[in-house]
Amino acid sequence: MGMNKSVDILGVSKIFSLDSGDLPVLGKSDFHIESGEFVSIVGRSGCGKSTLLRIISGLEIATTGEVQIGGRRVERPSVLTGLIFQEPRLFPWLTVEKNIEFGLHRKIEKTQRREVVEQHIALVGLSGFEEAFPRQLSGGMQQRVSIARTLINQPNVLLLDEPFGALDALTRIHMQNEILQIWEAEGSTMILVTHDVDEAIFLSDRIIVLSDRPGEIKKVISVDTSRPRDRSGPRFMEIRREIYTEFFEDSSLSIEYYV
Amino acid sequence: MRNSLLKRRARKLFLGCLAPFVILASWEYLGRRGIINLSILPRPSVIMDCLAEMIANGQLKKHLLVSAFRVVKGFLIGGGVGLVLGVLCGLSNTWNDVLSSLIGILRPIPMIAWIPILILLLGIDEGSKIALIAIGTFWPVLLNTSRGIRNTDKKLLEVGIILEKSRSQMLTKVILPAAFPFIFTGIRLGVSSAWSCVVTAEVIAAAVGIGYVIMYARELLQPDVLLIGVLTIGVVGLLLDVVLLQIEKRALRWNEADER
Repeated sequence: MGMNKSVDILGVSKIFSLDSGDLPVLGKSDFHIESGEFVSIVGRSGCGKSTLLRIISGLEIATTGEVQIGGRRVERPSVLTGLIFQEPRLFPWLTVEKNIEFGLHRKIEKTQRREVVEQHIALVGLSGFEEAFPRQLSGGMQQRVSIARTLINQPNVLLLDEPFGALDALTRIHMQNEILQIWEAEGSTMILVTHDVDEAIFLSDRIIVLSDRPGEIKKVISVDTSRPRDRSGPRFMEIRREIYTEFFEDSSLSIEYYV
Repeated sequence: MRNSLLKRRARKLFLGCLAPFVILASWEYLGRRGIINLSILPRPSVIMDCLAEMIANGQLKKHLLVSAFRVVKGFLIGGGVGLVLGVLCGLSNTWNDVLSSLIGILRPIPMIAWIPILILLLGIDEGSKIALIAIGTFWPVLLNTSRGIRNTDKKLLEVGIILEKSRSQMLTKVILPAAFPFIFTGIRLGVSSAWSCVVTAEVIAAAVGIGYVIMYARELLQPDVLLIGVLTIGVVGLLLDVVLLQIEKRALRWNEADER
């Protein structure tokens, strides 16, 4: 795969214009993400991390600066930049199969279409649920359908906006493992927004810590241990402590109060 | 499981029939005792005989068919226009603003007030009756369609945008299906409105149709025929609603609401 899937965030900032005045949500940020890298963005709620992700996807337009993917400026959403939301956002009137097929952008003939859809259903472990409607599935299964719907276009970059935030702890760990497998198989660049510090450490090559609103890049931490990572290993703990320190540095509350 | 379901259904049916049965039984009893004036309100058994005769000689069928045909025509016109304008109003603020004042003025006009105008404009024949039915169908379909479209979940729209869907795909694959429960409610209300409008139109001026049966029976002082006409309207209205509910249930299989 010689394709350039790097992501450049160049002087991006965002100010929301509200009736009550301007609300800066994102301070000027510059960052380079390597092709095929797994990067997490962590920060407290309201720090603009989701906004940053939406700007990278092209759903939101930056007030200043621009985002480049593979050296090309992002002007509008593209199926080659997949975005997974916190909620599965499936179409309740379509079956699992049809929901995934809805994602398919390129025009291909019918038998091939079925085959590709079937492959992706199998990829997320939902074989046998083709005819099920979303409401008949658990939250984790729904999120898998949503992931398959995005992956079907083989995106170069996959953006994940707190994708497992609404799932229970065990399902979440399970999904994290699956995301790692998918990442290894597809080789796409991954950008994950999360407030789950452990999730960020478990998955990422690098972790960006954003400050409180307006969010600015406060620190970048490289996770230098090999995968699969031991969630209770010494290095894991060390990084976790480092991030928490960043989180609570500008807060009057003590770390012990939270952890 | 299955047994208790049957039991529950039987119970529901029994309770539903209880009130009409009590009324009919006491009506019959009071009629036989001579407490009710039979020339104004005949006994249920006499009405049943009359109904059997009207079914046997094809009178009921003839009038019902004419009325039904008018309803279908008026419904298709009014529902079709309502659907198209509803989609436009739902999608575009401009259309909505342009039409909102017109809707505000025209909608409160009761159906009966339309009749003189329509007769003047379209004559006393079929045209004015069908127009009245079309107007009656138009409002609920228009309002529910536009409301349903405005209600489309923004989060689902974003999915469409992210997946690079074209405008027409957004409309047919996302917006319309999402609005479908609303649209269907509009259609159901439209059908029942169409059915009451046909009777209104026929009561005022007609030579055939179920509304005409009622007016003619009043003039000839045939209370049994009159009551059959009135009851037929109720029964047909009920049947229409039951049928539409069943269709809705099937079409909206995915919808959570009807599971409970």
